[in-house]
Amino acid sequence: MGVLAWVWWYGLRRHAAYPLGSLAESLTNTAFGFVRAYVLLALWHARPALGGYDAADAVTFCFLTQALIGPVQIFGGMDLTERIRNGDVAIDLHRPVGLQGWWLAEDLGRATGSLLLRAGPPLAAGTLLFPFRWPGPAGLAAFTAAVALGALVSFAIRYLVALGMFWLHDDRGLNAVTLVMSLFFSGMILPLVVFPGRLGDIASLLPWAAQLQVPADVFLGHRTGAGLLGALAFQAGWAAVLLAAGWLLTRAARRKLVIHGG
Amino acid sequence: MRTYALLAWTWIRAAAQYPVSLALLAVATAVVSFLDAAAILVLFSRAPRIAGFTAPEVLFLYATSALSFTVSDLLLGTTEQLGERVRLGTLDAVLVRPVSPLIQIATENFSARRLGKLIPATAVLAFALPRLDVPWTPGRVAMIPLMAASGTAIFAGLWVLTAAVQFVLVDSHGATKSLTYGGAFVTQYPMTVFARDFVRGVTFVVPLAFVNWQPALYVLDRPDPLGLPAAARFASPAIAAVLCAAAAVAWRAGIRHYRSTGS
Repeated sequence: MGVLAWVWWYGLRRHAAYPLGSLAESLTNTAFGFVRAYVLLALWHARPALGGYDAADAVTFCFLTQALIGPVQIFGGMDLTERIRNGDVAIDLHRPVGLQGWWLAEDLGRATGSLLLRAGPPLAAGTLLFPFRWPGPAGLAAFTAAVALGALVSFAIRYLVALGMFWLHDDRGLNAVTLVMSLFFSGMILPLVVFPGRLGDIASLLPWAAQLQVPADVFLGHRTGAGLLGALAFQAGWAAVLLAAGWLLTRAARRKLVIHGG
Repeated sequence: MRTYALLAWTWIRAAAQYPVSLALLAVATAVVSFLDAAAILVLFSRAPRIAGFTAPEVLFLYATSALSFTVSDLLLGTTEQLGERVRLGTLDAVLVRPVSPLIQIATENFSARRLGKLIPATAVLAFALPRLDVPWTPGRVAMIPLMAASGTAIFAGLWVLTAAVQFVLVDSHGATKSLTYGGAFVTQYPMTVFARDFVRGVTFVVPLAFVNWQPALYVLDRPDPLGLPAAARFASPAIAAVLCAAAAVAWRAGIRHYRSTGS
């Protein structure tokens, strides 16, 4: 295996090391799923077929996005920030692979581990206790691709935020700002199909939509044929733009970095 | 109390060393907690009534819930990291200092940014109150500060209780978040949204319904979907007192039985 494949594997192992902790997290994800599902059901009771979803779609959307909280790390953050703060990033910059590629491999490993450990309980609760809509095999395959691209976009955004550390020396402010965008415009708070008029149009074009709304639409079978290709291209396009920005910012950060101490 | 204020001030000064970050944080924290209110506004942009309640009524529930939760979070929220301290062994350092461990942990990283969360809560409350269609009586007016205070005490009890659990179950923080943060989320919505058994759970098992729902039934003059006696609407202070007492007992038991990592 190449070095990045090993980094991916160790990232997976590291983040799967505390299965009980992950289980506890996914129980909270499930509990929030219940509350969100009831709220959405109340809305769809008042407005059936809102935004092209029916009640089962809305509930499926809700538990699916709760299951994806871990894999796309919707609440933000990356271990890289701490390494920039304490100077360990100098070691990362000395590696024979690029900083971005290294952390991308690590983060995809984390996402995979999180998907394996944290997605089960919310999906099981949704399937057993609510009207839930599973896709067919082709739909699942398309969904897998959409989740992978969503994780890529999620990494690209969080990597840009983490690099902000080189200039701001404290990441919490920037993290908090991007948290707002990521929660509201990904579909985490409410499905983007609920957003009225112009707000909905804009929200569906922003990169955060690629994290949850697009994978969920693919899962629900609302994107098929050319629509599916368009959705995946939308995700891939944002991933490419954001990763390129990350590459440029990495170059700038390399010139900016001063390691203290000796 | 003096110690609490002193330690809190120390941590505020520490956070002020990164001014850009602090300003961004205060604003962003306010906006993040406003997101839940924005979600309610978006919901009501699509339907005039949801589960029998209007937008001002739900915003009233949001505001009272957010107000109680924010104040309790400000005072005691950092206790949720107790399990981490047990794991790292840093709780030992806390125990040898001549200040109550609860105060030390509660003030750690005390940050002015959490004050930012009070802005949306109070703003939405000021927006919703005059729009409520209720005949205001002295009793209803008096109920609002009373429910905010007892709601705060209920959440405070939950913070300490869930922290005390971490003495025994170090990894439980991920799950107990569904009581604290989840509780804050549930109480933003009228209980008529939820299934009957769910409402029974948050009334009799975890008394979240007494944070604002039962008092709000009195303020809004609504029937109780569970058919509880009218006295339940005034029970919040008593429930809060019982919960806080239970939390105090659990905390003391946790401290007494704490064994260090031993390595």
